[in-house]
Amino acid sequence: MAEAQMNNIERHTIAVLVDNEAGVLARVIGLFSGRGYNIETLTVAEVDPAAHTSRITIVTSGTPEVLEQIKAQIGRLIPVHRVTDWTIDRPSIEREMALVKVAGTGEKRVESLRIADAFRARPVDTTHTSFVFEITGSPEKINQFVDLMQPLGLVEISRTGVAAISRGPEAM
Amino acid sequence: MIPQMKQMSGAEMVIQALKDHDVEHIFGYPGGAVLPIYDALFAADGLVHVLVRHEQGAIHAAEGYARSTGRCGVALVTSGPGATNAVTGLADALMDSIPLVVLSGQVATHLIGTDAFQECDTVGITRPCTKHNWLVKDIADLPRILHEAFQIATTGRPGPVVIDIPKDIQFKKGGYVAPDSVAHRTYRPAFEPDIDVISQAVALMASAKRPIFYTGGGIINAGPAASRALCELVELTGFPITSTLMGLGAFPASDRKWLGMLGMHGTFEANHAMHDCDVMIALGSRFDDRITGRIDAFSPGSKKIHLDIDPSQINKNVRVDLPIIADAGRAIEAMIKVWKTTKCMPDKAALAEWWEQIERWRARRCLDYKQNGGLIKPQYAIDRLYELTKGRDLYITTEVGQHQMWAAQRFKFEEPNRWMTSGGLGTMGYGIPAAIGVQTAHPESLVVDIAGEGSVQMTMQEMATAVQYNLPVKIFILNNRYLGMVRQWQQLLHGGRYSHSYSETLPDFVKLAEAFGCVGLRAETPAELDAKIMEMIDVRRPVLFDCIVDQKENCYPMIPSGAAHNEMILSDAEEEAVEVSDAGKMMV
Repeated sequence: MAEAQMNNIERHTIAVLVDNEAGVLARVIGLFSGRGYNIETLTVAEVDPAAHTSRITIVTSGTPEVLEQIKAQIGRLIPVHRVTDWTIDRPSIEREMALVKVAGTGEKRVESLRIADAFRARPVDTTHTSFVFEITGSPEKINQFVDLMQPLGLVEISRTGVAAISRGPEAM
Repeated sequence: MIPQMKQMSGAEMVIQALKDHDVEHIFGYPGGAVLPIYDALFAADGLVHVLVRHEQGAIHAAEGYARSTGRCGVALVTSGPGATNAVTGLADALMDSIPLVVLSGQVATHLIGTDAFQECDTVGITRPCTKHNWLVKDIADLPRILHEAFQIATTGRPGPVVIDIPKDIQFKKGGYVAPDSVAHRTYRPAFEPDIDVISQAVALMASAKRPIFYTGGGIINAGPAASRALCELVELTGFPITSTLMGLGAFPASDRKWLGMLGMHGTFEANHAMHDCDVMIALGSRFDDRITGRIDAFSPGSKKIHLDIDPSQINKNVRVDLPIIADAGRAIEAMIKVWKTTKCMPDKAALAEWWEQIERWRARRCLDYKQNGGLIKPQYAIDRLYELTKGRDLYITTEVGQHQMWAAQRFKFEEPNRWMTSGGLGTMGYGIPAAIGVQTAHPESLVVDIAGEGSVQMTMQEMATAVQYNLPVKIFILNNRYLGMVRQWQQLLHGGRYSHSYSETLPDFVKLAEAFGCVGLRAETPAELDAKIMEMIDVRRPVLFDCIVDQKENCYPMIPSGAAHNEMILSDAEEEAVEVSDAGKMMV
């Protein structure tokens, strides 16, 4: 890839509404690996059990040309109802949830609890030597929280990936 | 009201659905996991099954059938190796947008995932090489899936689909519903053009000083009406037209407005016109790397209109100025209508000047060669084959390599659906089974596979199929004892080090033909060629024709790897002066 293009990389959040049928996720992610696209985060769950539809939210990166191709290629898959790019199509909000395990005693333990409070992260499991915090927010906020926990005894992290929705009354 | 449902087994549903979709021929190979379907086929009337010798042959035969008729090709294969052998054909059909419904057997549902005998993950393996695929887990889903399969394969941008049917589902009884009671939940291919966009396109065309039509396989896929509309539009505008390998035949090659094929082995005039044009009208073509050459030097000064039924083709390789997403036939008809109603008058003086420039390029006579000496030049063999078959009810298939390019350059196709070649995937071994498919659909026509001695050995076993079904296909082998295109590239890019491109041993094709029960013919001198070709045409049996040609001939003109359209080379003499960049060498 030319250097000019390398500097032109954008990060987009794309929502895909699909029929919840066998293999549909494999079709979407197979498309990404097969055509050499990036996946930064991926979130998928059924959103309408009556209509059997699932919503896949993908954070991906690429040049504007590649991002345009990604959306067109996803749109071409047969079980796809709709593809929306939350980064450019409409104002939207993004949230991610993470479970963050921190182990330690003494001042570090107290400090981790103080920071968690500042981030509105909630301890969901507590022992004498550890916490598991639940934190919700933008991916940047979670990154920041994780960085702060690093020196305080960070053990492991489980992140959900981004879920996104448009602002205002309209649906996707 | 609930539609009346007829009770039948899964296998019977398959046969019923084939009949409901007007299928007359299927190409297949039996095995354990499809025995119930074969059993239902045994009792079925009006459905002819052609037993191939390898599943790859079944898919290519179905492709040849589909491309020569405009209908959907159908193939039937067993589980495991039956399905994996079909993969090359599926990838080929996906690349060339050929409508196929491929039915595969699968182990019984309770055995799936247990590494059962002849089990493989067919839907997993074929997912990236089909337009869509299904594993049928419930008999209640089977009729709907069968009908959806035909709809998806044949509409929008056509393509191959696979239905993987476990053996227990083939035995199970269920209610069958007719095709018209099925509507797909999400699949809505584009069809009608946006008339505003058409008007903009026509305005841009009318303003052009150096226009060119660049047309592809999409026109052929849109049906004969689209080809007729294209001819009318070209006539109306007076613009020059060039076609891709996949698009040959949509516009009559005998017309002066046709500049021949474009691309890597396209004509000098077509490629220079593409490079220098100011308005490019791409119709059902996809800016493949074999067409564009060096992408950043591709037609730098032109405004580009791009008509395609598949939105993902727009701006994929080349940025275009005006996309039109629609069926090619409908869009071209709309262009004609707008052109006529707005009384468009192209710039006649500019157009005349453009045609003068094109004629100067044409005067280079880039396809010329010299037939001298006792060896048959491959170009001469193609030319003689063309002259001696001209005017007949003729279909041509090819394998892949130099012979394919010579055939594409030299054969003049006057109508669509007469030319079957593996364009996108470049599958050696395509030609024989494709010819069998074509001949199955057109038993009285002359069907010739223009072949190389390398490619032809990849699916040679299908000659037995041709014999079994009395399909008098003609396999015309340009035998240069080299994998010619590989040798040509080694000469050009790898210092003449002919690594493993020479066949030390070849079968005696005449004896091989006789062993299969075909007719074997051989021509070694230009003097005997015509008589041998006539003998091939006249015999009503399958023929293997071993045409011994000059070993050293290269296919020109050629855009070397990584070069632009206006950097073509026309002969060996020019080739020696060519320096191919490292970036160019990396291209394939």
